[in-house]
Order: sequence, then C-alpha cells, then structure tokens
Amino acid sequence: MCNNLLISDTSVDNAPTNAPHVRQSPTTQLCCLPFGVQARITGIDSRDAVARRLMEMGVLPGAMVRVIKAAPFGCPLEIEVRGYRLAMRRAEAAHVSVVAG
Amino acid sequence: MSTSTLTPHAATPHTAHRSNRNPVVMLAGNPNAGKTSLFNALTGLRQKVANYPGVTVERVEGQWMLHASDNGDASGFDSSQSLSQSLMARVIDLPGLYSLDALSPDEQIARCCLAGEAAGVPAPDVIIAVVDATNLERNLYLVTQLLEYRKPIVVTLTMFDTATRRKLKIDTAQLAARLGVPVVPVIVSTQHGLDELRAAVRQELVAPSVVESFSWQMDDADKVTNATLNADDATWNAWQSSLEARYRWIEDVVADATDSTTESNHNGRGSTAHSEINNADDLTTRIDRWVTHKVFGLLIFVGLMLLVFQSIFAWASLPMDLIDNGFGALGAGIRAALPEGLFTDLLVDGIIAGVGGVLVFLPQICLLFLFIALLEDTGYMARAAFLMDRLMRGVGLHGKAFVPLLSSFACAIPGIMATRTIENPRDRIATIMIAPLMSCSARLPVYTLMIAAFFADRRVFGFLSLGALIILVMYALGIVAAIVVATLLKRTLLRAPTPPLVMELPPYRVPQLRVVAHTVMSRAWMFIRRAGTVILAISILLWGLVTFPRTAQLTGEQQSAVTQSVRETGLENGATAAVDVAGNDGAEANTQSQGAQLRGSFAGRFGQFIEPAIAPLGFDWRIGIGLISSFAAREVFVSTMSIVYNVGSDATEEDTSLISAFTDARRDDGSPAWTPLVAVSLMVFFVLACQCMSTVAIARRETNSWAWTLFMVAYMLVLAYAASFVTYQGGRLLGFA
Repeated sequence: MCNNLLISDTSVDNAPTNAPHVRQSPTTQLCCLPFGVQARITGIDSRDAVARRLMEMGVLPGAMVRVIKAAPFGCPLEIEVRGYRLAMRRAEAAHVSVVAG
Repeated sequence: MSTSTLTPHAATPHTAHRSNRNPVVMLAGNPNAGKTSLFNALTGLRQKVANYPGVTVERVEGQWMLHASDNGDASGFDSSQSLSQSLMARVIDLPGLYSLDALSPDEQIARCCLAGEAAGVPAPDVIIAVVDATNLERNLYLVTQLLEYRKPIVVTLTMFDTATRRKLKIDTAQLAARLGVPVVPVIVSTQHGLDELRAAVRQELVAPSVVESFSWQMDDADKVTNATLNADDATWNAWQSSLEARYRWIEDVVADATDSTTESNHNGRGSTAHSEINNADDLTTRIDRWVTHKVFGLLIFVGLMLLVFQSIFAWASLPMDLIDNGFGALGAGIRAALPEGLFTDLLVDGIIAGVGGVLVFLPQICLLFLFIALLEDTGYMARAAFLMDRLMRGVGLHGKAFVPLLSSFACAIPGIMATRTIENPRDRIATIMIAPLMSCSARLPVYTLMIAAFFADRRVFGFLSLGALIILVMYALGIVAAIVVATLLKRTLLRAPTPPLVMELPPYRVPQLRVVAHTVMSRAWMFIRRAGTVILAISILLWGLVTFPRTAQLTGEQQSAVTQSVRETGLENGATAAVDVAGNDGAEANTQSQGAQLRGSFAGRFGQFIEPAIAPLGFDWRIGIGLISSFAAREVFVSTMSIVYNVGSDATEEDTSLISAFTDARRDDGSPAWTPLVAVSLMVFFVLACQCMSTVAIARRETNSWAWTLFMVAYMLVLAYAASFVTYQGGRLLGFA
C-alpha cells in the first residue's frame, strides 16, 4: 500500500493534454501516480482474484493507464484504461506497477 | 453457500431431438454492453424471468421471431416444421460478464449455459456476442473466449450510433474477416440492424462459420484457461501469457478494423484505446466533474437519495391507500354477497386481506425500482458506489451496499431486492442480514402510537419535541445495531476480506424508457408472485390463530359479531384495519365478546403462555398478543391492541380512546400495564425485531437459504429481547418505573 495518500489533485480538472510528463521516471505504483499522468503498466504483482479480474479487463503490462481522480474520501481511484473507466481502491492499485510517460 | 451449488448437468441431454425444438440463441456480453436493450428489442414482451436452479442469478428468456418481416424463407434448421411456419427462437439473456473464467456466480452460470452444462437450460445453437462498439478491446476479450466454444457465433456491435458520433469508424467487414464470424452493427433504439441480425443468425443455423484455430492460442492454452487462482507459478504465468496473447491479437484486430488514419497511432500498444477515449468521453468527463466531485458529488448524491426517500415515503402513500381501500371494499363486497360462515371469513380475512397486505407494498416497490433502474441505466449507480465505498468499507461492506440499506428505511423488502446489484454473495447476504434493522415505514405507526400515548406535548430544552427526539433515537439505534452486526458478521460467519472494488464506471447514457418500464414491471411481478405465496399462507394461518378455537359460550349472534370484528380489525394487516364498524348494532357487546374470543383463541392462549418470557421486558400477555400478531407485519400491532383493549376496531394510532385504555389498563396485580418505560422498551423491541413476514419471505427468496433467513429472524429477536430487557430493567433501576 502506497503511503502517499494525499496526492495533490490540482491536475484533476485540467485537460489531460496538459498532464505533466515525467521523463525517465522510475517504476512506481499506480496508486502513487499523480492524477492525469499517463503511464505504461509494467506488471501486476499479485495473484488473487482481483489481479485476475484486472488482467481480464485489459489491465495488462504494456497497456496505458491514467488516474483520473479519487473519490471524496481519497479512495477509491478512478482509472482510465483501454478507453474505459475503472474504479479501484488504492490497495488494489498498489499492486499495479507503472512507469510514467 | 447457495451460489456454489450449480453443478454441470450430469449427462449431455441436448443432443437428441435437436431438430424438433426451437433453436436456442444466447446473448453473451460485458456488463453495460447494451445486452438487455438488445434482448428487449428482439423479444418485446415475449419474455419471462426466473432464477437459475439453486442460485439467485436471474435467468431471462424470451422468444424471438427469426423471420425478417419482408422475408419468407425458412432457415431449414428445423426440417420437421413446415416452411410457412414461423421460426421462433428461444433467446436466453445471460448475465453480464467480463470473462468466462467463473470468478463470480454470474460468470459461472454463463459458462455452464454456454457449454450446455447448466441443468434445465438447453445448449445454445447460436451465440450472439454483444460487443460495445465504443469499447472494442475489452469487449473482444470475451469474444475470444466465446469463439473457443466452436459454436456458431454472431458478433453484434451495439452503441454503433455512439461510435459513429464519436467519429470512430469501424470496418465491420474487416472485423468479420479477422474474427472469422459475422459482425452485425445494430442501433437498438431505432431497430436498425435487427433484420440483418436475424438473417445472420438464420445463416449461422444453416451454415455455421465456426473458427477452428485461433492465432492467439498457444499449445497448452486449453489447460491453463481455467487455472485455479492458487495456481503454481508455471500455471499462472502460462495463463497470463495466454491472456496477454489474446489482448495482443485483439489490439491488432482493432487497429486493423478501425479507421486509425484520423488518429495519431504511433504509441504502439494501447494507443488505439487512448485515441478512442480522448475524443469520446467528453460528456461523461464533464458530468463526472460534478457528480464525482469531492464536495458537489456528495451533495448531489445526498439530494438524489432524499428524492428517492421522499418519494417512497410520501408519493407512494396515495396509491397505497387506494390499494388498501380497494381491498377493504372488495372484502366488504364479498362478505355482503356471500352467506355468513367460516368459508367467507377465510376468503375475506385470510385470502383477500392477505393478498392486500402484499399488494399494499407494491407502489413503494415500483417507485424504488423505477429509481434504481434509472440510476443503473444512466450509469449513476456505479458513481454512487464509487462515492460511498470508503464509508461502507468501514463496516466491511461494498460501496454498492449503501443504496439497498438506504432503501430499507422505507421498506426492507425493496431494499433486500435491491441487493441484487452486489455481486459477491457473502457481501450480499451480510447486507440482507442488516437491511431489516433500518427503521422502515411500518414501524412509524407503532412509534407514533407510543409517543402519542406517553410522550405527547413534552419538550426537552424547551423547544425540542420529545417525540421527535425519541423517533430520531429509534432510527439511530437501528443504524448503530446494523453497523455492529455487519462488523461482527464480516468477522465471523461471513468472514471474508473487505470485498475488492474493481468496478467499471460506464459512460453516462440516456436510459431507454421501455427498458426501465420493463425492469419495473418484471420486478413488481416477481414480488407479487414470490412474496404473495408465502404471505398468503401466513395470513391464513394467523387468521386461524385468532379465530380458533371459537369461544363456546357466545351466542350465535355474538359469535358472528366477534368474527366480524376480528376480521375487520385486520390482524393480517393493520393497514386494512380502518374499516368502519361504527354502524354495527351492539358494538358494546361486540368489543367485549371479541376480547373474550381473543383471550380464548390460540393467539390469546399463546400470549398468556409467553407472558413469563416477556414480563422482564415490561410486557403483559395482551402486549404479547400484539407482539405475536405483529410478526406478520409491524403495523398490525396497533389494530391488535385495539381489540385487546376493547375499544373498537377502527383505532388509528392517535385514537384517544386507545390511549386512555392504555393508561387505565391494569395488570392482574393492579399495577399499571403501561408506563412510559414500557413504551420505550416496546419501541426498542420494534426497532430490532424482525416482525415482518414479507421481509422473511423475501429474505428466503433472495438468500435462497432457510438457514440464513432463520438466522436473521433469530439474531434480531435475540437482539430485540436483550435490548428491551436492558432498557426496561435498566430504566427500573434508574427509577423510571
């Protein structure tokens, strides 16, 4: 689980095209990705039903994702992947490794 | 758990007589892919809803005329049918599913049905794969799985108009060529493409285009497709690479079949998806800017819930009164037309009052399901769960549990039915278990009576009405109890990690009125049929308990008066109790003899029998009768009390004569039967006890388990008893007696 729970959401309402692109960023977790930043999935490090469901829904290494926003109490997150939106909790997003850019 | 009981059919029963039956078409597709709209468009009103055997997953089946209106040819599928005879297909709408790997009960059912292994469900002759044209990649994953059944498949692209509007150009011919099966775009709202779909299905029946080999498939793919979750590394990795291979193939197919020249397609994998969304979801993004906003989102949610709540409370009361009075008049008419006697009593008091007691909830249920259907079909429901998930997670429940629980403040019956939106069976049962703790509208007459009798015109701090405060405390008590019970259940009997939340937030859509109306009607009908059977039986039983044995010393005239009073007091349903008996001759003798009848009846004897048990709660045997009869429905308590205290049966909750009877009533030892403390103790009992046969019937249906239903009744009874005991005895210790 990512500790960085209080990510500033100033980028939420910005147009996605203005999203900052981080160059040469290291692998991070989906839950720690700033809002609006596009990232490429590099791996899913759990093997439970959630991981399986996520993968079946196209959350796979290589796919591009973006965190759109968080729900009122900071959780769950709204994720965009393969042209649709998905809600998942931070705990679940912590298992998805991404590299921004 | 009931949901795990679906077993594949032992034999393969569908091979014989294949040519003598109507072809079976199954609709399979992702949730929100437009499956239900398509199903309704195909079948119109020729459909029925039932449950799959042994599970609570709904099975929706309809009939579909396979002949195009302008086309008379027969498919040749059924050689025994004459050519002129119309070819009617059985269409089965499978539950919405993302994959066939049987993670949820829905998927398990769908997989069994598609494989022809589900008991009582014929194997499909043609599968219609319903694919959302605006979301090809994820939808096609299921198609790759469906293709492996090697059954005739027609892919239909729904939302094609939306895709066109988004300038997403899909080359259906190219898509069909790559998939190896027919692809038919449809626009359900305008019926566009339905004839083509018919033709394609007929063609598949005659000459199936079954794909035999799949480019995504690897050598051991069949083995790993259904790998268990706790698989070893090798199996998991094989499963994952098979899945990745499918998606790679899908990305290639989608890139091939969509017009990518208008999009910048240089990012490699996943880029097609992004080019889709960036010009597509403007409206949804704009709506969600408010609807899932940290502040405004919550305000909108609260506002919507207030609207639902208000409508169930206030707007439903007029049709409820109409139904109530209608059944009252029907009963009175039948009684006037038929000769006096037990049969007439049974018909009027047992059957008509019983059916009326069920139907009186119908307006609330229709309204609630109207709202739920609207919220579901617009895509709002997923947002509500998104907003509420963090709060519900605190008690170990899913965000989707919030709306059913809120509905239960109006009535637990629609609330329990609304738990169908919760996929995980354990969470669904946990939600059903606590739903009846929410103070429903049927408790209000009891609260009102108690407050009018013992706390009227009292104020705290000079301005706050004590009655309003007490009602607030009663509501809060139910909520606190629900939180405690949910937390305990999720740590013990229904122990499971907090359900994961992986939930699609579908684009907003304008709901189709026909679909919404259909949903409401089918829910209403299901409620009538299901609760009706059980409620009817219970009503007849209760009628018997207050009617027999008939008190011997009464004269014939008195006896008929007694039975009339008893029936008009409506032990079966307090809401029907308002039939006016003021015109009856000998009303005095009537009320006295009905008291004797009640004391001598099985119900009265039982009340005296249980008196020692309920005495520690402050209740005497007459309250005991009220408690027993209120297990049919809570509001019955008011009318039962009016019989018990011989004040005539047209009592309403603010009837002054009933209130003065309460204050005058004495126990056998001469002490007052009612005190304010007794009233509070009684209200606490009513908050926590499951005194509602309809709730029991619905819980039985929805959990599909008598064990859970009885558990619910039992734990609530124990809780109610304990809380009343603490209230009464604690109050006495504090000197409130």
